[in-house]
Amino acid sequence: MGKVIIDGAIVDNQWQRLESDSLENGLPDGKVMVPLAYWQANRDALLARGDVAVWLAPGEEPRDLEEDLEQFSLIAIHFPAFKDGRGYSYARELRTRYNFKGEIRATGDVLRDQLFYLQRCGFNAFEVRADRSIEEAVAGLRDFTVTYQGDVADPRPIYRRA
Amino acid sequence: MYVYQEHDQQLLEERVAQFRDQTRRYLAGELSEDEFLALRLQNGLYVQRYAPMMRIAVPYGLLSSTQLRRLAHITRAYDKGFCHVSTRQNIQLNWPALEDVPDILAELADVQMHAIQTSGNCIRNTTTDELAGVNPKEIEDPRPWCEIIRQWSTFNPEFAYLPRKFKIAVNAVPDEDPAIIGVHDIGVQIVHNDAGEIGFEVWAGGGLGRTPMTGAVIGEFVPWQHLLSYLEAILRVYNKYGNRDNKYKARIKILVKALGADKYRELVEQEFAELKDGPMTLTEQEVERIQKCFTAQDYRSEIDSSDLEARLADNKAFSRWYHTNTHAHKKPGYRAVTLTLKKTSRVPGDITHEQLDAVADLADQYSFGEIRNSHQQNMVLADVAASDLFVLWQQLDTLGFATPNLGLLTDMVCCPGGDLCALANAKSIPIAESIQHRFSDLDYLHDLGTLDLNISGCMNACGHHHIGHIGILGVDKKGKEFYQITLGGRGDKFTRVGEKLGPSFEADEVTDVIEKIINLYVEKRHENEPFIDTYERIGMDTFKERIYG
Repeated sequence: MGKVIIDGAIVDNQWQRLESDSLENGLPDGKVMVPLAYWQANRDALLARGDVAVWLAPGEEPRDLEEDLEQFSLIAIHFPAFKDGRGYSYARELRTRYNFKGEIRATGDVLRDQLFYLQRCGFNAFEVRADRSIEEAVAGLRDFTVTYQGDVADPRPIYRRA
Repeated sequence: MYVYQEHDQQLLEERVAQFRDQTRRYLAGELSEDEFLALRLQNGLYVQRYAPMMRIAVPYGLLSSTQLRRLAHITRAYDKGFCHVSTRQNIQLNWPALEDVPDILAELADVQMHAIQTSGNCIRNTTTDELAGVNPKEIEDPRPWCEIIRQWSTFNPEFAYLPRKFKIAVNAVPDEDPAIIGVHDIGVQIVHNDAGEIGFEVWAGGGLGRTPMTGAVIGEFVPWQHLLSYLEAILRVYNKYGNRDNKYKARIKILVKALGADKYRELVEQEFAELKDGPMTLTEQEVERIQKCFTAQDYRSEIDSSDLEARLADNKAFSRWYHTNTHAHKKPGYRAVTLTLKKTSRVPGDITHEQLDAVADLADQYSFGEIRNSHQQNMVLADVAASDLFVLWQQLDTLGFATPNLGLLTDMVCCPGGDLCALANAKSIPIAESIQHRFSDLDYLHDLGTLDLNISGCMNACGHHHIGHIGILGVDKKGKEFYQITLGGRGDKFTRVGEKLGPSFEADEVTDVIEKIINLYVEKRHENEPFIDTYERIGMDTFKERIYG
């Protein structure tokens, strides 16, 4: 079992992210993150199964899940490449527009030097890319103590903080 | 200028520590080329033809003499003793060593400077009129709004990995566009409504580069309190829907064009409806705090300009410089002075460490210790008393910064080009030099009058060729350098993209072609008619016939 950073701590990863081409023979046991299209096609069966989360690829927005958000304790946002920044806006929308309180997890090309920004946009869980040290990456959450803008943790910009 | 508080300084120091560690990890092989690329770009560091090129941020072009002296020191200690003023009002070093960059950043942080977001696919340095605050035509000083935008955009976590670079400019002059907001990703025009309240006309989707176009008005009147919420709405729509498959189609201009301005506005309004009146809403207290950093200088109330009048009457060279290189000022008795970094045989926009120190001294002596960079790659001393102009002119003349060619043909805008830049298709500096030599006669230049000639070494358009009255673009044809000429671009009263003259030319033909264009203008012009007006009157076909006929 791999590791994941959740709320700043390194813990065992309970969830398995599944790509669509691995789903032809059904689901493995345990907690699974499935693609949006798979969720949409198998919604009722997945609800009955439980232990299911959805992951969004770039181009798939929280709006596409709007009706179902309360079904999930976790939503993952996948970064095929860290330079594709759409997921930052998705996480922000999940938190501020849809008021999603569950875990938002970054998966894929997730690296130390993006963690601080990801966290500010609402991610609280990070599957660091497997070839990198998760113990070193976790320090990235503390790169800065000063911020100008509001963020998901504190929506007040610096000029509104006491 | 904006004075750093403890937290601003703290932020810079944390940035230096972060980049020092990133550089260490890269050099230790713990970060791949590609991973480090995105990180170093967000710190203004390109790897170029011969060495890294490092771009240092100069927020809206404004520098103190202390900062200028530090730049002089950095060019001496870490580079070859000179640097380059860019068309984003920033400063570029051409030869720093990668290993030294963390130390350079630390030296900059000491004087409240940095290289944050000077390249990469993020929000870049916000620019404005280099005469901001002293321009008698402006409705108010745009710099406080630039600073407010700077703070909002600095390390904005949501917009660090945009589809492409993103440039914002602010203009406060009605009916003119000294900040060329029309060709920015976002252009912010400060306006007052009928009730006298401050707000912004917000443009989006302008840009130069491969597909040049002017932007469209997205927000007709955004009240001042909502500036940041509105900008955030525009950026979020772009971050979500901008093209990420093809970097040549990734700028916001392509998205605005594809969706149409009305559709883009509709998407922005949806986002804005949620953000409006939320925590980002600007407070009077914050705007006042920032505005207080930009109050008028401690001007003298009485300036004796009798000596100036006498000098103007009996010194032709001084008079020419005065009329060409100095500008009207809000405060009676004062002028703004442009130092032209465009002397013949000098790379446009380059300045040496000795000159940086000398300009810092002049700023302390004559202009309240402040200097501005202009997007035309010149420097400005914005607050000079009329009684000091003659002595200042003499000193600038010794330094080589008093060439009275501001706004004239040889005041060219020119990127570093193929001599230094890895992206360039062709050299631009030798083309500029050749034109400078051909048109070195000052009487003739003054007779030709206002003429913007801009040169870019590739279609990234750092030399702003599209908005030159005459534009020159370096292109590559089967490994050989060619140059395409455009006419009719404007970045003066308004912003407009020029039209192609026709097939491109070899390097050694360019200056002759420019001369033919100029000769045709001289033949056809009416009395006192500037080049651009003659061009608009007689049309492109007349020029085509002369050049290719």
